[in-house]
Amino acid sequence: MPILISFIKIVMVIFVVILPMVAYSVWAERRVSAVIQERVGPNRVGIPFTKIRLFGLGQPIADGIKFLLKEDFTPGHVNKFYYWLAPALTMVPALLTCAVLPFGSELFGEKMVIADLNVGPLFIFAIASLSVYGIVLAGWASNSKYSFLGGVRSSSQMISYEISLGLSLVPVLLIFGELNLSEIVWEQSKNGWLLLPFWGDGAIWNGGVDRFFLLFPAFIAFIVFTTSIFAETNRLPFDLPECETELVAGYHTEYSSMKFALFFLGEYAAMIIGSGLIVTLFLGGWSLPFGLDAYLMNMTGDPEQIPWWLGLIHIGTFLAKVIVFILFFIWVRWTLPRFRYDQLMRLGWIIFFELALVNIFITAGILILTRGSAS
Amino acid sequence: MADTLQEFETPDAATKAAQALETYQQKTDDLVGEKLTLNMGPSHPATHGVLRLILELDGEVITKADPDVGYLHRGDEKLAENMQYNQFVPYTDRLDYLAPLANNVAYACAVEKLMGWELPPRGQAVRVICCELARISAHLLGVGCYAMDVGAMTVFLYTFTQRETVYDLCEQISGARFTTSYTRVGGQTRDLTEDTIKGVLKFCDEVSEVIEEVDELLSRNPIFIGRTQDVGFISKDDAIGYGLTGPNLRGSGVDFDMRKNHPYLGYEKYDFDIPVGKIGDCYDRYLVRMEEMRQSVRILRQVCQKIPKGPVNITDPKATLPDKERVLMSMEELIHHFIVATQGIDAPEGEVYFGAENPKGELGFYINSKGGGVPHRLKIRSPSFVNLSILPKLLPGHMISDVVSILGSLDFVMGECDR
Repeated sequence: MPILISFIKIVMVIFVVILPMVAYSVWAERRVSAVIQERVGPNRVGIPFTKIRLFGLGQPIADGIKFLLKEDFTPGHVNKFYYWLAPALTMVPALLTCAVLPFGSELFGEKMVIADLNVGPLFIFAIASLSVYGIVLAGWASNSKYSFLGGVRSSSQMISYEISLGLSLVPVLLIFGELNLSEIVWEQSKNGWLLLPFWGDGAIWNGGVDRFFLLFPAFIAFIVFTTSIFAETNRLPFDLPECETELVAGYHTEYSSMKFALFFLGEYAAMIIGSGLIVTLFLGGWSLPFGLDAYLMNMTGDPEQIPWWLGLIHIGTFLAKVIVFILFFIWVRWTLPRFRYDQLMRLGWIIFFELALVNIFITAGILILTRGSAS
Repeated sequence: MADTLQEFETPDAATKAAQALETYQQKTDDLVGEKLTLNMGPSHPATHGVLRLILELDGEVITKADPDVGYLHRGDEKLAENMQYNQFVPYTDRLDYLAPLANNVAYACAVEKLMGWELPPRGQAVRVICCELARISAHLLGVGCYAMDVGAMTVFLYTFTQRETVYDLCEQISGARFTTSYTRVGGQTRDLTEDTIKGVLKFCDEVSEVIEEVDELLSRNPIFIGRTQDVGFISKDDAIGYGLTGPNLRGSGVDFDMRKNHPYLGYEKYDFDIPVGKIGDCYDRYLVRMEEMRQSVRILRQVCQKIPKGPVNITDPKATLPDKERVLMSMEELIHHFIVATQGIDAPEGEVYFGAENPKGELGFYINSKGGGVPHRLKIRSPSFVNLSILPKLLPGHMISDVVSILGSLDFVMGECDR
């Protein structure tokens, strides 16, 4: 039975949540960018054979059909094996990482996380690092100079930013003293989000002096982590591997049809998972703010049991927070210019790497001073 | 001098940029290993048309750049030898196709210089309006494309939306949005209406807002500054030595503008400034373009507020087509109409050069006439072609991303370059 339940959860998360969200974040990207740029955007495709347009909500489905029906062209000069492997290697890690993300509290006594690992963040880093292989292989197997340059750029970019990504997370883990993402969210639910510690034991008037002083390093970690997520997902201003005005389309120049779509969707999936990770670590994951969780649970009488409606609210809260971050990603993309390659590396290695490193010591110092030990 | 220029000025900025160029070039000497030849273009998003660059790369650093032009060659100069002066006007639309009105004016002025004619004041004012509208339109696109090249797509769409108004005005002025063919030798195809002049004044207000908006989005943006400052540095001597004109020359600090130095069309009557850069990098060229748009708005306001009354064309029946009504009523006019339409104007022997300050630089027409209605030889000095000649010197030592910045800041149009 646990296998069956896990299976249902996987299917639900991937096919009901992540993939539609990917498709609709593409739609959102196009509509929001249109709003930013004083355009209309895709607003035509609604229900087929009727005149109902539904704000163009049918567009992602039409796009998907188009991707599948396009000719799946493999150029003659490519290394076929790696050329076919690369799109899968981009998409799969992006989807795998969502296994440890708690997307809700409990529903009918079942934890709303696919795999409740005790080493959640480590698992995410281990798997997310793999996605660089997809891009490098795509660039290399395409046997084109533009793709190659894109692949080389992205490998150095992703490896560099992974370091600050990992280091910026250490303070967070120090603060919670915990590597299980579900536990981290429960802790935040009870004692205040990392960036909003104003209820429970985290509030300064309830003795949460440490959490108050930790706001500063937490904020630094948040900035470094969010920026690194931008770099990891190859979004503007860090979209150098595929920057269209220089490298035509970077590593996926030679790809067409569904293979291209896999790169495309992989990027958006990575963006959604990244947003989910930011929300989980810094903004309380699925939990409601200001101790509402505890209040609602007490109201039902049994503080240990989470009623089904609260479970649904938690899932909804998580998705809402993620959507806010996706909109933030889109907003940034259509506002900022792009970095140059060496500027990007300088930013990564000279500013963010040092900042993340120093931040660990600041956090540890504050922890020792306020809690007496760095536990 | 623009205020914006001074704010960003540091005392030794020019020296710093020169040093940066030197280190760039030293870097290329030190490099070892196999070099990669990258063929950029003729069909590439950053080359604004069909410029082909053969780049020799070491890693991401360019060691040698070889621009290859001519993919859009249509033989305009040869075509001109086989048609009457007026028949060549539509071909000038297709030179710098971002500012067709300015090309029309430049060509008409060149032929008029050969004929020794001078337009009546209203005709001149109308042409100034055309030129400045074209300048704003071209610079809006230049700045917008530049922003897009460095990744800020939204700016491009803001400026492009505003260009739509220019096209509407072009339609009101000439009847066509894109290929205007507005001028004729000795005048224009038609006069401006009061509505158009009001429209131009309204456009002045609108475009000012867009310019300020773009200014807010880009001029202080650290990423944009990082991509443009100290990149693509052209020294004063180089700029003059390579014959650069227009904003690229002025960006390097040379105070030269045909409208001020060799005034034509009564430009000396209007009050405007020539913005000049301090350093000569991509950022300066961007600032110069932004300021030129503001100055063009200034000129447009002055012209529209006191536009003279009177005829818009030369009234000599041998020069321009007479009124249609009179052609239908009287024999004399009918004969003139017939002769002007079939044989064209009767040009004297001789040669003449006329350079106009176009958005991209000095667009010059050299006409060698052996008499009659057809030029013996017509040479077009296209600013884009000359401006591109500095690329082999400018590009080495920069990175691939800088190529995009530099090409965008040179703001060329291949239709004009290859002509």
